[in-house]
Parts: sequence; C-alpha cells; structure tokens
Amino acid sequence: MSHRLRVNPIACEAHGMCAELFPERIALDEWGYPILDGQPIPPELLTHAQRAAQACPTFALLLERRRE
Amino acid sequence: MTTPLTPLAAAGPSVEWYLTRSTGAVALLLLTLALALGVADVQRWSSPRWPRFLLDALHRNVSLLALAFLLLHILTSILDSFAHISLLDALIPFVGSYRPLWLGLGTVAFDLMLAVILTSLLRRRVGERGWRLTHWLVYASWPIALLHSLGTGSDVKSAWLQILALGCLALVIAAILLRTLPGFTRERARERGLALGATAAFVAGLLVWLPQGPLGSEWARRSGTPASLLPHASSSASASTGVRR
Amino acid sequence: MSSDTDLPRLLAGIPPHGALPLPEHLAIHGPLPHVDGPSRRGHSPLIELVEQAGLLGRGGASFPAAAKLRAVAHAGRPLTAGRPIVVVNAAEGEPASSKDRTLLRSLPHLVLDGAHLAALAVGAREIVIGVCETAPDALHAAAHAVAERDPRATPGSSTERHSRAGLGDEVRFELVPVPNTYVAGQESALINHLGGGPPLPTFTPPLPFERGLRRRPTLVSNVETLAHLALIARHGPHWFRQLGTPAQPGSALVTLSGPVGYPGVYEIEHGSPLSALIDAADGATAPLRAVLLGGYSGAFLDAPDVGSDLLSIPLSEDHLAPHGATLGAGVVVLLSTHTCPVAELARITRWLASQSARQCGPCLFGLDAIATTFEHLHLGDPHRGPALQGGWVVKGEQTVEHRLAELAALVNRRGACSHPDGAARLVSTALRVFADELDDHARHGPCSACARPSELPPPRRVPRDRDLASAATRGSSERRLQAAI
Repeated sequence: MSHRLRVNPIACEAHGMCAELFPERIALDEWGYPILDGQPIPPELLTHAQRAAQACPTFALLLERRRE
Repeated sequence: MTTPLTPLAAAGPSVEWYLTRSTGAVALLLLTLALALGVADVQRWSSPRWPRFLLDALHRNVSLLALAFLLLHILTSILDSFAHISLLDALIPFVGSYRPLWLGLGTVAFDLMLAVILTSLLRRRVGERGWRLTHWLVYASWPIALLHSLGTGSDVKSAWLQILALGCLALVIAAILLRTLPGFTRERARERGLALGATAAFVAGLLVWLPQGPLGSEWARRSGTPASLLPHASSSASASTGVRR
Repeated sequence: MSSDTDLPRLLAGIPPHGALPLPEHLAIHGPLPHVDGPSRRGHSPLIELVEQAGLLGRGGASFPAAAKLRAVAHAGRPLTAGRPIVVVNAAEGEPASSKDRTLLRSLPHLVLDGAHLAALAVGAREIVIGVCETAPDALHAAAHAVAERDPRATPGSSTERHSRAGLGDEVRFELVPVPNTYVAGQESALINHLGGGPPLPTFTPPLPFERGLRRRPTLVSNVETLAHLALIARHGPHWFRQLGTPAQPGSALVTLSGPVGYPGVYEIEHGSPLSALIDAADGATAPLRAVLLGGYSGAFLDAPDVGSDLLSIPLSEDHLAPHGATLGAGVVVLLSTHTCPVAELARITRWLASQSARQCGPCLFGLDAIATTFEHLHLGDPHRGPALQGGWVVKGEQTVEHRLAELAALVNRRGACSHPDGAARLVSTALRVFADELDDHARHGPCSACARPSELPPPRRVPRDRDLASAATRGSSERRLQAAI
C-alpha cells in the first residue's frame, strides 16, 4: 500500500498552501504551481501530506492510495 | 430624580438582556474580522510569519467563532423575557412583534451567514461555482447586520457601540477598497464600479439616516417597539444603559 | 486489388477528385465482413485479429489498437456502465497533418467500414464522427457516404450540420463539426466538445474507455486506424504483417511538407527510409538541414543524431524512439538550409502557446515564456545588452540555452493533456539540433536567413487576446480564473 500525491492541474490555482504545509515533498515553480515528484510518501510524513491535501482551497491536491 | 420605569422593568434588566447585547456586538466585530481576513485570503496576502495556510485557517475559525457568538446572541434574545422574541423570529424575518423591520434584518443577515458557512463546510458537494456565488452574500450580510445593530440595539446612543460600529465600518470599507482597487483591469471595471458605488451609497445612506433614525428622538417608538413596552412617560433624557427604550 | 501485399493499401482506388462511391469501394475491397459482438467476457474475434496484426493507433500516441478495443468492450459488460459508444476522431488540429481529412474526403467508406466493425466488436450501436470544421469537403463526403449506406435515405441528400443515418439497424452514425484548435483533437477534449461542453481537455481519470461521452465507455479512434482495421478484418493479420517491421507492421499515411516537389499525403511502408518518401514526392528542392517528425509537438532530427545520412533513417517507431523521435500522426516536415530555424521556432512556439487551453498554469505561463524567449532570440531582446563571452549569451545569471532547457523541463507532464509535453519535446530536440544557429543568434542577433519566407505549413495565426507579459507572477492566475465566472 503506497500513498502518492497528485495534482489536478486544471483545478490548481497556485494558492501555494500545499508547499507551505509540506515543503519536504512539494516545491513551487516560478509561477507558483506545485512540482511533485510522484514518489511514494513514507509513513512518517503522511500526516503532512494529508494536511496539505485538506488545505487546498480548490481540492486540486489529491492523496491517492494504491496497492503495490 | 424619578426615572420612568414600567412595571415590567421593575426588577431591572436581566442577565439575558446584557448577554444578548454583548454577544451581538462581539458577533458584529467577529463578522467584520472574518470579512477582512477573507479579503486578505483572496488577495493572497502573505508574509514569512503569516503563511497562506494560516490566514486561510484564521478566516475559517473566526467565521465559525462569529457564528457561535451569533447563536448565543439569538439564544439569549429568545430567553430574555422583555421583547418576546421567539425562535420563529430567529429564522423568519419580519414576523415578530418587537421592531419587526430592524429585528428582521438581523434574521436576514443570520440566514445569509448560515448559507455561506454551510456551503463552505460542504464545499466539495456544492461545487466550486455554487460555493463562490454563495460566498459573495457576505457583502450583503454585513451591511444588513450593521443596520440591524443600529436599528434594534438599545446601545446605539452609547459611545462604545458607536466607536465599535464606526471601527467595523472603517475596516469593511478598507477591505472593499483593497478588494476592488488593486489590479484594476478594463474587463472588470463595471463590477468594480458597482461595488464601490454600492459602498459609497451605503455610507451616504447611513449618514443621512442615522441622525433622523436611531440617533434621533423617540426611536424606540418609531422603530416598532410594541406600545406596551414603551415607557409611559416619554422622556427626552438620553438613555442610560439601565433603562430600556 | 487491395489484397495485394504491396502498396497502396489504404489509398487503393483513391479518386483524383471527390469521394469513392460505395459500389466502387465494394468492388475494390469486397463486402463488409460479418463480425460477432463481444462475448460475455468482452472477447471478440475481430479484436483477436487486430491484436495479431499488431495495429498501433495512428492518431499520434501509437497505442496498441487491440488493447483499446478490449478495454472498451470489457468496460461495457456491466449493464450499469451503459452501452459503449464509438467516437471517430477526424479533428486533425495539427497544422502539418492532412491525412485524416484526405482519407475522409476521398475514401469515406473505408473509414465508415472500420468504425462500423469497431462498434460491433465492442458492442456499440452509436458512432459519432468528429470532423474538423475547416474541412467542409470531408464533412460533406462523410455525410454523403453515411447516406449512401442507409437503404432508407435518398442518395445525395443534403448535408445537415448533424446528420444521422444507419446501415441497417446495426449502427447509427452522427456527424459533428469540431473547432480547428490543436487541443480539440485530444481525446478528453473531443469528448467534452461532443458532449456539449467546451473543446478543452478534462482531468483524467476517469479515462474515456471507462467513462467518456454521455458517461459511457467510449472508444476514441483515429480515422486512419479504423481504415486499417477495415482492411485487417477483410484480409487478416498475416496480410497486414507482410509490410512494415515486426514492431510496427503494415503501412501508414504520412503528410510530407517542406521543400519537396509534391508535398502532400503519401502511404508508406513502416520502416522504409525517409529517402524513399522524398523520392516519391519528386525529390527535395533544396539541401536539407533537418526534419521535424510527429508534427509541431514532435521532435527534430538531423544527420549527427542518426549517425549517418539523415535521409536513410527508417520511418517506424522502433527505429525513431532511440533518437527521441516519433512518427506520431505521420507528420514529416522537412527544413532546408535556406530558412532560419530560429525564426521558424519562434513562429511554432508562439503558435503552440496560443493553442494552450489555458486551464493549467505551467502550460499557460511556460509555453508563453518559451515563445517569448525564442522571439527575443530571433529578433533580439530590447532589454538585453551586447553579446558577451563565449558559448551562449548570458542572460542575467543564466544562459538562454539553460533557460530554455529549464522551461522545457518545467512544462513537461505538468498539464492535464499532452500539449505541454509536445512543446517540451520540440524545444529539447531543437536545442540539440539547432545549437549552432541558436548560438549565432544569441551572439549576433538576426541572421541573413531571418527575412526569408517560412517553409513550415502555416499555422492559423491566433491573436494574443490577453497580455501575458505581466502574468508570469504568483497570483495572477486568479485574475484569469476570476474572469471565468
């Protein structure tokens, strides 16, 4: 079971709260849009990922569970 | 010195009556802060010590706190035995016996706020567009709440409420200016013009209405207080905080 | 006879004007074969044939056609999913491609056969054909062909905007014009448009094969893919594999443009060299500098890439992929030594930027930044000082080459569709192939070739209706999205 973050680029409006709450894995490009590496998120960082996804005002950040 | 007192008021003002006034004032203040924070949020204001997520959370929490105080305000006004405000009056405007118009405005403001908060809590279900359109109702809810406080409240002639109301009004006007003026583009000129015009008209209306309205004489009677609740002897003395008008 | 293993296959019997009528079509290819619908588990004999034939999609992605058919057939099994629906993609928004409209205009029955067979194989009854609205002759030919196949309709009936007809009671065709924009041909955008929405991509999942048009499993297939399918159904996978390479069997249509005698649509065998194609077009009319493969979102190649003579490169995915190139939707654009590549790149990238759906920030801002950078390279940057030390000109802290590579990496795979990916590929390969010309422009400004006319097929010039110069900052996207409400 792995968790990954994915962004819906159409919904994303570059608010940037995700990068504030999860700077370990989310960076912003020069226009303010999130850059994700698509790698699985280790358990110790999972709460931050959840907070970041919940904080997104447009629900663009998605935390997905996948069976590996 | 004789103070005109009705038999009902012989026991003195109740705890509920003080509470309803104070919680109402606090609710107005919190509503103002929530609006200002909302503008800062949508204008994406942030600093290293005040990141976006903090402002967003603050806006949300202050709004919920405002709702909490508003509910207390409504509850205590129902419990207070003086004006016979019922639960129905809290939900349906203009049907009460006590200052129906001005009290009703409070109900309207409350209903609008409720719509905004509920759609925000259920934002995922409501959808982006529905949420956004409903959220703009705050710009209607706030002035209505202000009119309610000035029209219904007994403290309108007191300095503390006047200062509070003035402060809140100034903050809201500043917020509206910050919302409409930056990034002025041709394509939004009409909407911005409307917003600024409506704000100016509201302030002008207030300046005209206040002296002849709540700050004028016999406001209690003219605003629709039931005759049975008015003091028998009409006094031109300015209201002290202990006497109802 | 098209049962010959040689070329032409698709283009057999193509008339010099107008469309091949139904009787002639049947005379060349034989009758439409009978096809069983999908079994309870979603299997169909036709899909097996297509899989054995190794047919790859001809819309640009080269996705295995059988896999797509199977996915749709399988998704349509549960009753709750709704009956599958077939969408024929003739949107062809790529300016350098005209094979789809050519096929539909001249050989519509081959396409309709393929659509019909695909529909039966996946269990669909409705076929919607999305045709580029700037190809009225293709639209008319398709409408006329649909009417020809319906025994109840009068032949030569007038074309309506959305005409309907059927072949017996089995399937029903519907024709819908599609705007001529680059992204309108993208699968989710096409479905969005056909469903009544804007011709803009949507966020996936769900993918069209699970839930597409009218929320039903949808097979979106390119016009040429279906034409191949129509022939595979008649002649079998062994026949199909007599041409081409093991990895990419069969023939393909390519649109050749640039300095050749007869630019246009040709049918080639996969794996045949570029020189054979140029010879078929009566040879090059100027010395070649490079070739653009796959369209405006494709890749540049030149001689050093291939390690030998550029003209000898075999045209098939397995040979092109190691060089980072793809045949895509069969687009081959030749560039001679006469034009200025920097000027061409400025034109292409500005056009690509204008074709952004403007829904995703990285595409909207990134493609504009790329175009602006190329424009500055082409015409000179008014804010830049004189040329500096060796290599690329230093712009601020960063060389122009570095900036372009950075932008390409920033936009790649960060949109909802593959539009920015194509632009990234174009830029990356251009940086490699045209390093000398770009360096020369960076140091010395416009060159002697800059004023020469463009060799590229003209993209429709789209006016810039929004000023994006000030938009490349945080928060500005809110303005764009505010305007949407």
